[in-house]
Amino acid sequence: MDTATHQTQAGTPVPPPRPSAAGQKRAARGATHLGDRIFLGLSRGSGVLLLLIMAAIAVFLTYRASLAIGRDHGNFLTTFEWNTNQDPPVFGIAVLAYGTVVSSVIAMVLAVPVAVAIALFLTHYAPRRLSGPIAYVIDLLAAVPSIVYGLWGALILVPHMNGLFGWLDDHLGWTGIFSWEGGAPRSMLTVGILLAIMILPIVTNVSREVFRQVPRMHEEAALALGATRWEVIRMAVLPFGRSGVISASMLGLGRALGETMAVATVLSPTFDIKASLLDPGGGTFAQNIAGKFSEATEFGRDALIASGLVLFVITLLVNGAARMIIARRKEYSGAAA
Amino acid sequence: MSHAAIAGTRTERDRSSLHGARLPRWSPYAIALGAAALAVLVGTLAGLHSRIQWGLIAAALFVLGLYGASARVEGLRRAKDRLATSLVWAAFLLAVVPLVSLIWTTLTCGVKVLDVHFLTHSMGVVADTEPGGGIYHAIVGSLQQVGLATLIGAPIGVLTAIYLVEYGRGRLARAVTFFVDVMTGIPSIVAGLFILSLMLILKMQPFGFAGSLALAILMMPVVVRSTEEMLKLVPNELREASLALGVPKWRTILKVVLPTSIGGITTGVVLAVARIAGETAPVMLLVFGNPFINNNPFEGAQASLPLYIYQQYANSAGSGAAYDRAWAASLTLIAFVMLLNLGARGIARWKAPRTGR
Repeated sequence: MDTATHQTQAGTPVPPPRPSAAGQKRAARGATHLGDRIFLGLSRGSGVLLLLIMAAIAVFLTYRASLAIGRDHGNFLTTFEWNTNQDPPVFGIAVLAYGTVVSSVIAMVLAVPVAVAIALFLTHYAPRRLSGPIAYVIDLLAAVPSIVYGLWGALILVPHMNGLFGWLDDHLGWTGIFSWEGGAPRSMLTVGILLAIMILPIVTNVSREVFRQVPRMHEEAALALGATRWEVIRMAVLPFGRSGVISASMLGLGRALGETMAVATVLSPTFDIKASLLDPGGGTFAQNIAGKFSEATEFGRDALIASGLVLFVITLLVNGAARMIIARRKEYSGAAA
Repeated sequence: MSHAAIAGTRTERDRSSLHGARLPRWSPYAIALGAAALAVLVGTLAGLHSRIQWGLIAAALFVLGLYGASARVEGLRRAKDRLATSLVWAAFLLAVVPLVSLIWTTLTCGVKVLDVHFLTHSMGVVADTEPGGGIYHAIVGSLQQVGLATLIGAPIGVLTAIYLVEYGRGRLARAVTFFVDVMTGIPSIVAGLFILSLMLILKMQPFGFAGSLALAILMMPVVVRSTEEMLKLVPNELREASLALGVPKWRTILKVVLPTSIGGITTGVVLAVARIAGETAPVMLLVFGNPFINNNPFEGAQASLPLYIYQQYANSAGSGAAYDRAWAASLTLIAFVMLLNLGARGIARWKAPRTGR
């Protein structure tokens, strides 16, 4: 109706008589209100729906988890066992929590320095003609599905780890962490390395964005004082980007914590905690769910849901912390810029 | 301009000159060559078989050599700068190795069995350990599940973004923004477990649409984020001009704001589709996998491309034929995801909003 008015106005140079225009206006306003109300309702409804989904995830996972934990004859937090099919059932998340944390920490320790270096390479070192295409390739790599990383990890990375594991055992075996009994290298360290490769693109991308936002003036001021390129980075770029790098790493950590398929294909799981990172064994939350799901009874599935709930809470905390750091940084970089 | 002057100070090599002593431009290359030669020498003498070890020795020698030479001639500050430069380059090259290996292996192993027969047949009458069979059933399943997920996830995501940018004020909008951020980090397997808990309550068996629901949950926050960014790029003058002409707000959004940013929104949706197309974990819990062709996503277990890769790997008992199929399916999946990515970038470039800057 509204467009109709505009068309007639555009078509005829003479403005339409007043009374009818006022009438149309009133009619249009009624339609406007209705249309606006519907549209606002739809869009606000979608937002509310998102909140409801989040709430529903928490509620339903908690409900099913409580069914399982109530019948657990072990301690859910400290038992080193996962036997949901026996009577009475005994299961606990201690091994999974340990494995999830250890593999993710290895991934972080390996990936973050390399990712920061690549981000610096792209923003400050690479020839400009190179940095565009490389950034593009890294974007594409972030899109490679995790199952493909898993397949590559299991069939290519694992055989290549033998050399590294032998070397670590020879030279660092005395620490206990790097001793190796010679089993297939499907261990926490291999998982950590694969996870590091997988989170490299996202940590690099976020860090690169942060380094790009460093005020040009800060860098030029440092250069004008005679700083070398490394001194510019150390004095102007890294301090500015520190919180951004921290939140980038936490986003990467969130990915590593919840990664399922890459761990499920590479790790050979056992339900105990190995002192050595090189000996196969251990497990993570997501890997355990994927591995135990197919032979689980309904009760077993509830138990897996309970472990998933713990994973959910951990990732929520990590991601929430990362977002809060980013948000706070935004506030004062906005004031400074 | 003042080449002569600079050249003059350089030839004097005077402590008070503008430039301190510098290593000649060719010195890094010379040191690299020397390091490589030395590494080959050490490698052959020590009898190291792995070429990776040779490379590592060469890299270490290069970094140390350049640092030493620079520290001697140019002083410690420049030496540190050179050290940082070589370490940054080394980190970049180190990261490239696995990534190139991944792409290369997928390409070379994938093309072995990837042909028309592979794309048009299912695994219905082929045992997992035997050669033959294909991924038609998985492609059908993937397309249906991802398509349905997009039908649910994209509109909700876009509408939420519209709410946040065009209407959102106050506590509700802030809560939605925060939880969208948090939702981005939900592990895919948790989304799968959520739908699974519903299915356990309703006593349902696995079917394709259940997977779509989990994928939609994973897709929504990604779409919201990218759409929000795009809507924020639309200049306010456009909205004000439209409102000043008496156009109601909802028509302004539909006819002015959305058409201006449609390129970016489409790009975001396509990238989100590319992301969920590779998700395995929720599909494994909810759709279960099926060697036969099932064209009905609302009843019975279905296959899916990422799940097919996993099952070929896990159920094959080390059979080469199954690994070949897994690689070929990986190649298909990567090709699909990359095409979506390239397409998205194409759309973004073609329909980029003209902000007048």
